[in-house]
Amino acid sequence: MAKAMTRRSEAQLLPVSFTLNGRLQEIEVEPHELLLDVVREHLGLTGVKRSCDVQVCGACTLLVDGRPVSACTTLAFEVRGRSVLTIEGLAEDGKLHPLQQAFIEHGGFQCGFCTPGMILAAKALLDENPAPSEAELKHFMHGNICRCTGYKKIIESIMAAAKTMREKG
Amino acid sequence: MLRRFRLEEPESVAEASELLGRFGDSAKVYAGGTELLLAMKEGLAHYERLINVKKLKKLSEVSADESTIKIGALCTHHELETSPMLQQKLPALHKLEQNVANVRVRQVGTLGGNLCFAEPHADPGTLLMALGATLVAEKSSGRREIAAEDFFVDVYETSLEVDELLTEIRIPTPTENFRSAYLKFGYLERPSVGVAVAFNLNGGGLSEVKIAVGCAGPAPRRVPEAEVLLNGKSKEEAERTLSQAGESAGRASQAISDLHGSQDYKEHIVGVLLKRAFQSAVT
Repeated sequence: MAKAMTRRSEAQLLPVSFTLNGRLQEIEVEPHELLLDVVREHLGLTGVKRSCDVQVCGACTLLVDGRPVSACTTLAFEVRGRSVLTIEGLAEDGKLHPLQQAFIEHGGFQCGFCTPGMILAAKALLDENPAPSEAELKHFMHGNICRCTGYKKIIESIMAAAKTMREKG
Repeated sequence: MLRRFRLEEPESVAEASELLGRFGDSAKVYAGGTELLLAMKEGLAHYERLINVKKLKKLSEVSADESTIKIGALCTHHELETSPMLQQKLPALHKLEQNVANVRVRQVGTLGGNLCFAEPHADPGTLLMALGATLVAEKSSGRREIAAEDFFVDVYETSLEVDELLTEIRIPTPTENFRSAYLKFGYLERPSVGVAVAFNLNGGGLSEVKIAVGCAGPAPRRVPEAEVLLNGKSKEEAERTLSQAGESAGRASQAISDLHGSQDYKEHIVGVLLKRAFQSAVT
């Protein structure tokens, strides 16, 4: 206990103000705390997954200022002043995002573990390139692994969502 | 899980250098963290302090004039893969940056961090050697330029002094006759072999040939044994000599047997990649 108290008093606390799924969050973190743990354990959003833990698989993908990062290897304080989007923040007013809808309609997931990362990475792609070729899509999504190997349906889902999003403008 | 550490956030290169000098091996520079944090999470490295250098905004600048392309050490791979200047002036480096790791690593990983971490299975150091790059090292008491081929000492080891920071990568601005290419091959997450080639090509043939091999051994290296076989040759003569140059480059690559392939295998791949890189550079 004494040891725990000493450690507590030594702790360096960093104020972190950021928006999470559009809502302002004011928290304090220690320098070594990882974004993945803060989002899952402290803020209770468990859509983001820990899997490979070495930035290879993409299951922990979050969007920071619209760009994909590996939450498993991002220090939480790095989101100071930034905007973080998790899969929980993608639907608006109870209406699924076109990517979520397309993944359902085209069978874009099997076990579902990679899906939050897949959908967020795909959103980043489509936001910068609304009409990707299949080669561009594969290059961008190369770092997101589906352990069920359901890639064909995932690609079909993203391409279908891209079409929907273009038509909606 | 990461063990607890303290964070320092210097506002200048001099301040960062002083912190490094004061805390020595118990501190480490932290930029993108894409490699450092992995090593720390695995328990392979622990530092009492990380020195976050991302407040040094000047180190994120890119510029080019007639003689030199300057890339700030904090430029992320993503910033470089989307740089129109780089695409126009150094297409080989631009393409390399588009293919570093994956989109998430490129988003936060920096070129300087990649070089300083000196992970053997990395791409940029190899091409920078062939491009004749120099690396600017700064500390509170001064700065110096290190040729890219003198920067890498061994696995995870560079020639930076304990209180020095890599601040800038300088590459001679290519002339009209300059050709270069970088190719890699691997079947794991990181490349098994990377080969870079650069030369001037005009009516008289090839000159200033630079060839570098990376990933195969403990650190990327120039392979002058292969360069001399191509230097001064016409394009056609060079093409006929490529197999021999490839074998020579393979032998000189200091390839080691590991999970990424046996020594023999890597030496063979060096030769294959050299041929393809040469063809890619001339077309």
